[in-house]
Amino acid sequence: MIRYIIRRTLWIFLVLVIVTGLTFVIFYVLPVANPALLIAGRNPTPALVHQIEVNLGLNHPAWYQYLTYMKHLVLGDQYGWPGFGFSYTNLVSVKSQMYSRLSVTLSLTVGAAVLWLLMGIPIGIVSALRRRSWADRAGMLFALFGVSVPIFWLGLLMLYFFWFKLGIACSSGYAPIFNSPGNFGPYGLASWACHLAMPWAALAVGYAAFYARMVRGNLLETMNEDYIRTARAKGLPERRVVFKHGLRGALTPVVTMFGMDVAFLLGGAVITEVTFNLPGIGLLAYQGILNENLPIIQGTVLLAAFFIVFANLLVDIVYAYLDPRVRYT
Amino acid sequence: MPEPLLEIKNLKVHFPTDDGLVKAVDGVNLTLYPGQTLGVVGESGSGKSVTWLTVMGLVTKKEAIIEGEILFRGQDLLKLPVDELRNIRGSKMGMVFQDPMSSLHPFFKVGDQIVEAIRAHQRMSKREAMDLAIDMLRRVGIPRPEERARQYPHEFSGGMRQRAMIAMALVLNPDVLIADEPTTALDVTVQAQILDLIDRLEQEFNAAVVIITHDLGVVAEHADDILVMYAGKPVEFGERRDIYYGAHHPYTWGLLQSIARLDEAERERLRPIRGLPPSLIFVPPGCAFHPRCPYAFDRCSKESPELIPENGHHASACFLPLADKERIFKEEVLQRS
Repeated sequence: MIRYIIRRTLWIFLVLVIVTGLTFVIFYVLPVANPALLIAGRNPTPALVHQIEVNLGLNHPAWYQYLTYMKHLVLGDQYGWPGFGFSYTNLVSVKSQMYSRLSVTLSLTVGAAVLWLLMGIPIGIVSALRRRSWADRAGMLFALFGVSVPIFWLGLLMLYFFWFKLGIACSSGYAPIFNSPGNFGPYGLASWACHLAMPWAALAVGYAAFYARMVRGNLLETMNEDYIRTARAKGLPERRVVFKHGLRGALTPVVTMFGMDVAFLLGGAVITEVTFNLPGIGLLAYQGILNENLPIIQGTVLLAAFFIVFANLLVDIVYAYLDPRVRYT
Repeated sequence: MPEPLLEIKNLKVHFPTDDGLVKAVDGVNLTLYPGQTLGVVGESGSGKSVTWLTVMGLVTKKEAIIEGEILFRGQDLLKLPVDELRNIRGSKMGMVFQDPMSSLHPFFKVGDQIVEAIRAHQRMSKREAMDLAIDMLRRVGIPRPEERARQYPHEFSGGMRQRAMIAMALVLNPDVLIADEPTTALDVTVQAQILDLIDRLEQEFNAAVVIITHDLGVVAEHADDILVMYAGKPVEFGERRDIYYGAHHPYTWGLLQSIARLDEAERERLRPIRGLPPSLIFVPPGCAFHPRCPYAFDRCSKESPELIPENGHHASACFLPLADKERIFKEEVLQRS
């Protein structure tokens, strides 16, 4: 197991190196405008553009830029370790921007994840156990709705009704819990939760729908297993048959799914953050792409990739504990 | 005559489906006594498994239309509240299934699964229950039971898993052990061991044993009585000798002729029963077996034969005159089987 984890960790580094390389290649191969031109403003002189290029290091060939980037990443730069460089547009360290925005994305993701588990799993269980009942049909109708609606549409609709028309919800934007470390902001927890309520709901609906379907399908399949018949033949109460023997088999694949979904969102819930104007990693990445801001793009892509590969490893390790048949060597 | 343990009276189990009513069990009568070993034989779809799943309460009125009576020590199981039936199931009646690979929960340790069965019926600490489980694993011939109890099913071989299943079914000393194709999924060498084990435990626990199988060969040495079923109905019942040395029903003859034998002087081909088992939705009128029966005559397609005792206990549901049955068995079946 230890050997396995070490080997997988080495793989993570390789994957991250490949990801940075690919991001670089895509950025330079695609016909994009010169970032220096974007920064220089209207009608710049060639001398100004050149000066900006030199400041940003864009005068060097692409391979040299890549190696410099990797060197800073591994050894650190003027902003410390790991060196993500500075943003082309505001010349602020990418690392500090990502750190400050991670708490937003983290708040959004964790809240939504709790919400979709609380919605999806019970709906899935009830639908499977009361198959073809009205509860099942209502649950599956919700699931169909949930997997079908786009977040941006649902989000805008919610903003329109609950905030603009009815005035019972907080506006878009983010209100931090702490305005400085350890000190609650002017409105604290309540304001934080209020501003996140709609983003949580909008983001959770799609996942809840997906989880409800998956739990329903898995549980229906599991309840047909021979070992469920054995559990009944032992004379166990039906509650125990379903919740111990049935759910154990049905929920194990959900754990894998959950780890990957959370990791994916931690890398930036782009659409939700853009829709609700939440200054998270996703919004940062989105703006980085609009501005041809390579260091921001590199940083956010790398962060997202790190979450994914790390979650992958974590999920595989957890799975080995949940399913005793799985052993890694 | 001792008190009967279990009496099944005119049991019918019909499943409503989109294609029509599946008459899986259509009129089964039988009596089981303490210490008796009953072999129930038939092809797939003969209703042999459904009958006993219904007795265990594993086929319920939710999914099927169930008629008749199942009297366990005089108490009708079909009229019992769910909780009381659940109490009998697992403690008074144990069941072992065909595929030990899939019948044990893959995520729980074998010992814990047996402990769970014990504690579902008896107030006992986990420790005591585990001791009992380990003792039971030893009695079914699992070496190093303390260690094995802490292992997961996938660490067991097929035969060992089936032993663990038997341990689980017998741990509360039930009156009836139902074994549904207990050896079908096992290697031939292991099959005999499992059947011998069931035999031995039957003596030890003085339980009635029901062995459900499609293979008359499996129950040849182990059953006291044999019930042959076809299309949801019993077609022949008798003591083991009656069946192997004087079967009366053409379907039983077919089953006897399809047992492979090694001591055959001339290497004769197996004689399969021609045709396929009937659909249980459109059961042929008259005797359900008549379309496949080489001895069928006019009456067979018009009237349904009753299971009539002909010779003490020995009963068969066939219109052929007794003399003809005996003659055909001697001249044709015995020669070839």
